[in-house]
Amino acid sequence: MEDRIAVQLNKYPSKALEKMSTFVLIVALVIWSMQVGAIGAIKEDGLNIAKGIITGILQPDGALLFNLTMQGVPYLLLETVCIAFLGTIVGGMLAVPLAFLSASNVVPKGVAFIVRMLIMAIRTIPAFVYGLMFIRVTGPGPFAGLLSMSFISIGMLCKLYKEAIEDMDTHILESFDALGCTTFEKIRYGILPQLLPSFLSTLIYRFDMNIRDAAILGLVAAGGIGAPLIFAMSSYRWHEAGAIIIGLAVLIIIIEFFSTKLRNKLVG
Amino acid sequence: MQKMSNLLKGKQLVLSNGKCITKKRSMVPLILVIVLAFTYLSVVITGFDLGLLMRRWKEFFILLGQMFPPDLNYAAKVWGPLIATIQMSFLGTLVGAVLAIPFAIIAASNIMKSRILVGLTRLLISILRAIPTLVTALIATYIFGLGSFAGTVSICIFTFAYVGKIMYEQIETVFMGPFEAMESMGNGKLYAFIKAVVPQVLPIYLSTTLFCFEGNVRYAAILGYVGAGGIGLILNEKIGWREYECVGMILLMLYITVFIIESISRALRKTFDLRGR
Repeated sequence: MEDRIAVQLNKYPSKALEKMSTFVLIVALVIWSMQVGAIGAIKEDGLNIAKGIITGILQPDGALLFNLTMQGVPYLLLETVCIAFLGTIVGGMLAVPLAFLSASNVVPKGVAFIVRMLIMAIRTIPAFVYGLMFIRVTGPGPFAGLLSMSFISIGMLCKLYKEAIEDMDTHILESFDALGCTTFEKIRYGILPQLLPSFLSTLIYRFDMNIRDAAILGLVAAGGIGAPLIFAMSSYRWHEAGAIIIGLAVLIIIIEFFSTKLRNKLVG
Repeated sequence: MQKMSNLLKGKQLVLSNGKCITKKRSMVPLILVIVLAFTYLSVVITGFDLGLLMRRWKEFFILLGQMFPPDLNYAAKVWGPLIATIQMSFLGTLVGAVLAIPFAIIAASNIMKSRILVGLTRLLISILRAIPTLVTALIATYIFGLGSFAGTVSICIFTFAYVGKIMYEQIETVFMGPFEAMESMGNGKLYAFIKAVVPQVLPIYLSTTLFCFEGNVRYAAILGYVGAGGIGLILNEKIGWREYECVGMILLMLYITVFIIESISRALRKTFDLRGR
């Protein structure tokens, strides 16, 4: 019995060489990337700062956390949510034509490739560069933040939209043709029901991510909660920073909870 | 209250066989109203102004125009920070993904029976996920000083939380038959896990980690802006000095690098996904 098992086992091609070479490659890459100065020393006052941050988070500035004026955490969070919300909507609209133009079952392969390169270029430009570009258009403030948010959303939205479009069942459209349906009816009953759930689910997911990314906009004075947070941290006001971080974390956890529920309902 | 529930109950239909059924009322109008109301609120709060956008959209392209043509002579100085960015992302992703393994196992409720342990680990993962990467990078620069190490730490934390969450969800959906069979044969939990669960989740683990690496290379450019090393440092410097031809060159090289990394990683992920099936 055991001999037969051994014979069967030996029939499988040995993967030892493949495994060894992968292992060696990864170790080599790790050693190479260690050059970056990976083992950094903690600054002399680093531990003090770490203590400051932790006490700040544990004892947040209550006055700021529950301050209902324009400077308080609740209003800043609302502004952040609004920027992310409208940014996602604008980005979602801009992404629709691009996604159709990059889907290889809609347009010729060459066009799809060129549009895909364009989408990648849009995705590579970092958020704060968009922030600078849009501040020239609108001046500093949440409007510029909203527009940059919509541009940094385009890349991922297009990619996920495109996958939905490429997975679309086109036989349904043929049967609608055979039934003599008009173009409008084909879109309304053939295409929309297939695409809408996954498009909406993608949008909700991106909204979730945009709230996380909204802090970046603060770097270039494009509104939201980022700027007060960075100011508070760079002037070592840890209790204020703690209040903002707690507010942000709670908001993100709440929104993640609801967005996961909604998405499961839509797609699952 | 009674009226409210009548409104929500929907239409009564009588079928031909005399059976009475209720057609669920569509929630679409209600959702639409909520979304429109929130859109209006957002427009007011953010000061969204389509007219302004129509009048001044050309301004957007001025900065973009100044980046072209990119300053090719500057390329030699971009290589160092660019490679540092890749090294940062690679190391951060690797360490984060490896650290995520034990935590993902502890957070999976089908492997760990202690509910307190599962809950605590999940809480840790979701708190780490909830703190934006930029904030962790800022905190890291205060603690470890300016430089690549701070960036590596924040990439590591982000990867840990991202991979950890996806993996415990994956571990919970595996087929538990082989695991129980191994356990009932008298093997330890760890051995059973390695032999029965790992083969089911390994392709997804590798694919998720690679996907995260792709994103991290792009994200590392932003981290440099707060002083956490890599290509963001020179990007910040050149923007500050308004040398936009150099900014164009940096972005162009970043673009090509991201393209190459994404192509390799996509090819690898395809093979993992095939094996996963």
